[in-house]
Amino acid sequence: MMEKIRMLDLENVTMQFGGVVAVDSLSMHVDNGEIVALIGPNGAGKTTAFNVITGVYTPTNGRVSFKDKVIAESYPNGKMKRMYAGAHNGEYKKLITTSPDRIAYLGVARTFQNIRLFKNMTVLENVLVAHHMRMKNNLLTSTLHLTGAEEKRVCEESIALLNLLGLGDVINENAASLPYGKQRYLEIARALATDPELLLLDEPAAGMNPQETIELSRFILKIREQFGLTILLIEHHMNLVMDISDRIYVLDFGKQIAEGTPAEIQKNPVVIAAYLGEDEEE
Amino acid sequence: MTIIRKKKADAATWISIGIVALIYVAVFVAEQLLPPTHMLFTVLKKGATYALVAVSMNLLNGFTGLFSLGQAGFMLVGAYTYAILTIPVAQRPAVYQYFDGGLVQFTMPVIPALICAGLIAAIFAFLIGLPVLRLKSDYLAIATLGFAEIIRAVFQWKNIGALTNGSNLLRAFPTFEDFNIRAADGTVKLYLSTLVPFLIAGVCIGLIVLLLHSSHGRAFMAIRDDEIAAEAMGINLSRHKQMAFCTSSFFAGIGGAMLAMYTASVQAKSFTSAMTYEILLIVVIGGIGSVTGSCISSFLFVACSEWWLRFLDQKQMIGDFEVPLLRNGFRLVVFSVIIMIVVLFFRQGIMGTRELPDLFRKHPKKAKAAKGGKA
Repeated sequence: MMEKIRMLDLENVTMQFGGVVAVDSLSMHVDNGEIVALIGPNGAGKTTAFNVITGVYTPTNGRVSFKDKVIAESYPNGKMKRMYAGAHNGEYKKLITTSPDRIAYLGVARTFQNIRLFKNMTVLENVLVAHHMRMKNNLLTSTLHLTGAEEKRVCEESIALLNLLGLGDVINENAASLPYGKQRYLEIARALATDPELLLLDEPAAGMNPQETIELSRFILKIREQFGLTILLIEHHMNLVMDISDRIYVLDFGKQIAEGTPAEIQKNPVVIAAYLGEDEEE
Repeated sequence: MTIIRKKKADAATWISIGIVALIYVAVFVAEQLLPPTHMLFTVLKKGATYALVAVSMNLLNGFTGLFSLGQAGFMLVGAYTYAILTIPVAQRPAVYQYFDGGLVQFTMPVIPALICAGLIAAIFAFLIGLPVLRLKSDYLAIATLGFAEIIRAVFQWKNIGALTNGSNLLRAFPTFEDFNIRAADGTVKLYLSTLVPFLIAGVCIGLIVLLLHSSHGRAFMAIRDDEIAAEAMGINLSRHKQMAFCTSSFFAGIGGAMLAMYTASVQAKSFTSAMTYEILLIVVIGGIGSVTGSCISSFLFVACSEWWLRFLDQKQMIGDFEVPLLRNGFRLVVFSVIIMIVVLFFRQGIMGTRELPDLFRKHPKKAKAAKGGKA
């Protein structure tokens, strides 16, 4: 058995925009090697939670740690002091923020719900960009191509990665010209190229048909093994979620309403009510 | 660019290198054969200068997606640095006649002075970039434009006149003409006054192309395509924007120094925002995101404004008939119409985002050249 490491730990994370509490006191954790799913109806605050984890937003209140290192901690300050509508006010005293690029460097990679590829670059270039932050060159050596060996290694690794993801035949195509499904895989390839330990997938199966979804499930399991990844994913395809997740967190209106294994979640009446709506006549 | 690309692109790349080499040979030969006062050389010298500045602007606007309008300001810094460092010591009392011969009392060779011109411009860019690069699109453009105006005023301030000669001309520094190799009796043995600016601009543009094809260049383009995704891929936005801004200004500074050599005198008030717009126009006509396009269109632009369209500014008689409308300033009207036509119907410019080698490839990057660009 692998030693258990707490890869990601969210503690009472609240994200409030003006008067809207998008994420309300969310506490969750992901251990190494796990596949954890974050589900919930539209607008439940799942993507907001992702944006907090990856440093796009600073939480209004609460703490986020990655491998026991605090990457974000905040308490309601400034205008939020008066407006704050969440719980656990006053428990956190420090203001810590980490920029998204720094978090990526620490080993958290992500994909986006609405695909965000570098559209005017080729497939290979998209993956090469992801290698940039770990390369040891500077502006001068890179301009004069003095780091040829590194450049060559990175290029070979990228091609190998693209081959693995079934994109080997389109490496010189423009990223925007790929069919939708391949664009999703390219986003994953790009995220993998940053050499992450924790991979955040935001609706990876969006727009895929059942057959493609099954292939994606297998693929996610495969990359977990091969790259030793821990995966946190947001998904609406319940088949995929129930298939591959070790644990599931359910959000509704920013609040966590359930947590458990797929079997537990399927039977949970609160979850069923949130998804199907409560029967008001009874 | 990379191993794979090279296999396919070899022939096209070599053809392109051949074409560029041919152009250099043609310039050299033309210079020996034609009289040195020929209009062609004016166009070539100024064109080479503008090409460098346009490519440096394209690096920022077309490849990094930072809409900056400070180019004239950085050219000014470069031009002044070059002039101040290269005026011969013997000439300084005459040039700085109102400022007791000026502050700087040494003279540098041309090439180190050019590099200094770039470096000083880059230092200015670094300092301005600290606050300004937090801004996006239009706001960045307004802030950089403001900088260019301020710097123009500051360089004319008489309290720093010992350095900048106030609002007076700086002159007597080496110009393009000094590159001609002369015999002892003063007659020119070998004309190089057009080839050398071509070489300087060529080396600089070559460096920019190398940069664009490097890991950092890819990071710049990633920022242009999608800032959020670029940041999520570990690219430090502020650091890379700062890098692009400084690099662009470095080459704009060298371009400014070349402009000083071309005009043989430097005066702050000539580096107006109109100059930035000229460069922007060149970039747009050539194609935002194409180095080749910027080069071609800068020569076209200079040729039109200095040579081919000059007749529009003078009265023209066809027999006894005086052509209407033609008078001083009409050239600018025609220019404006051309810009409107380009913006309305040829939004991609001459080259779109294609480069010279792409023209010789059987399958040019279709999606890149597709009309509408990012839309």
